[in-house]
Amino acid sequence: MSFNVVIDKTEKLAEDIYFLRLKSERVSGKAVPGQFVNIKCSDGLNTFLRRPISILRTNPVENTFDIVYMIRGKGTRLLSCLNSGDTIDCMGPLGKGFTLPEKGEKICVIGGGIGVFPLLFLLEKSIDVNKTAFLGFRTKDLIVLQKDFEQVTNRLIISTDDGSFGENGLITKPFLDFLETEKPDRVYTCGPLPMMKTVAEVCIEKNIFCEVSMEQRMGCGIGACLVCACKTRHNDDYEYERICRDGPVFGAEKIVF
Amino acid sequence: MLDLSVNIAGLKLKNPIIAASGTFGFGREFSEYFDLNLLGGISVKGLTLKPRKGNEPPRIAETPAGILNSVGLQNPGVYSFIKDEIPFLRRFDTAIIANIAGNTVDDYCRIAEILSDTDIDAIELNVSCPNVKEGCLMFGSTAEGISKVTSAVRKVCKKPLIVKLSPNVTDITEMAKAAEDSGADSVSLINTLLGMAIDIKSRKPILGNIMGGLSGPAVKPVAVRMVYQVSKAVKIPVIGMGGISDADDAIEFILAGASAVMIGTAGFVNPYVWVETLDGIKQYMEQHGFKKISELTGALLD
Repeated sequence: MSFNVVIDKTEKLAEDIYFLRLKSERVSGKAVPGQFVNIKCSDGLNTFLRRPISILRTNPVENTFDIVYMIRGKGTRLLSCLNSGDTIDCMGPLGKGFTLPEKGEKICVIGGGIGVFPLLFLLEKSIDVNKTAFLGFRTKDLIVLQKDFEQVTNRLIISTDDGSFGENGLITKPFLDFLETEKPDRVYTCGPLPMMKTVAEVCIEKNIFCEVSMEQRMGCGIGACLVCACKTRHNDDYEYERICRDGPVFGAEKIVF
Repeated sequence: MLDLSVNIAGLKLKNPIIAASGTFGFGREFSEYFDLNLLGGISVKGLTLKPRKGNEPPRIAETPAGILNSVGLQNPGVYSFIKDEIPFLRRFDTAIIANIAGNTVDDYCRIAEILSDTDIDAIELNVSCPNVKEGCLMFGSTAEGISKVTSAVRKVCKKPLIVKLSPNVTDITEMAKAAEDSGADSVSLINTLLGMAIDIKSRKPILGNIMGGLSGPAVKPVAVRMVYQVSKAVKIPVIGMGGISDADDAIEFILAGASAVMIGTAGFVNPYVWVETLDGIKQYMEQHGFKKISELTGALLD
């Protein structure tokens, strides 16, 4: 469905990173972690396509859902100019989400940059689960929603590429160290491709259930146009699957990185 | 009561709105958004003899008022289409147009032959895809190439035959005439315009395949002009497309000479565009006193 949703709240979280709370009974009632909405940023033709943005959380009681996005181009810049009370044309929820853990399991999420947001939704929906989150950011000023993550994890490890906060360097290092002594039941990752590749490879090697959330330039968002292709393994060969429909979440073992 | 029906050389459509090939898959995804029974027809994703994996991503780049795509004819092959997709599409009261593509004349003939014995309504010869290395646009970029492939397919094709023309040519009317003279029942135009976009930060092409096909509102004036020229140059019915986003756009094409229109790229943004366009055409006809859609075709006052 494509429909208009009203903006309930907007907030600038960091430089070029914005929060939106939107009113929609449909999305708040139906969305599962890992899914996204496809948003029309303007009626003009200069930003012709919709922008796929993953869902941060839903609130079925208040009939709202939240998204966080980074300004990357004209479309997201226009989106950042909107205010509470404005309406946006939105499609969703779309795509295949994460497999939720079972009660009593131990899970890890590894997120990088704007890839951390769908992981918060997953952590919130993982009830009676032991949760460790590894989140990597470029620098201290870009760390957002730290408190929200603290509230839904047993342990939160943050790293910055420049060492300005938390661990110094890539987030994969503390995660790999963690795996030396611990074995989570499930690992979920979303963020830069090299990070997800490292996480996927170590999980496959250690036989740990792992899901990755992929990103690609998208067209229709519903699986018809075949542009958001992701190379996946099929026996000894490969196929291109649709990130918008067959994903964005895939089993790590399926992806040809 | 408005008469929206169109007859394109035996291809009967209940209305002039057709989903354009390559933007609509086999209808499954959009069937979740609107009733496919409302469409005059569906031109399915381009079919090849064997399954094709398609090109390396990224396969899309947004450009002003449009997109570039370089999908590269990813499709499950003609046999899978017959087995899995025709039965699905036949559940709807809409014409099935099989868009076919090949590397050689033999490929085109073989696919047309196979499909002639299936429950489809027409064949659209894709000689204009800019995203594959061999065949396709190689045939569509010269009148000789179009004649060669069209006349060969005509011999084995038992369905109404539409030739989809490329705008990447010197004179589109020559291409249309070549198709007509070689036995085509209709021509559809325009396919995408070959284009390119560059990411200036990385200094790399945005598309994995470097170049791609431009579609969307950006190409509309070029498409309207070509439909106008071709309609004057040939006697066979013309199907118009290129950047149609609403009824006003569709009516422009019809006035320029199109008997029916195809809509594709606009559906990526508005999944209801086909239905809304049809409703808008009806309104226009009522407001302007047209009883039959065929009265509108070529009704341009020039």
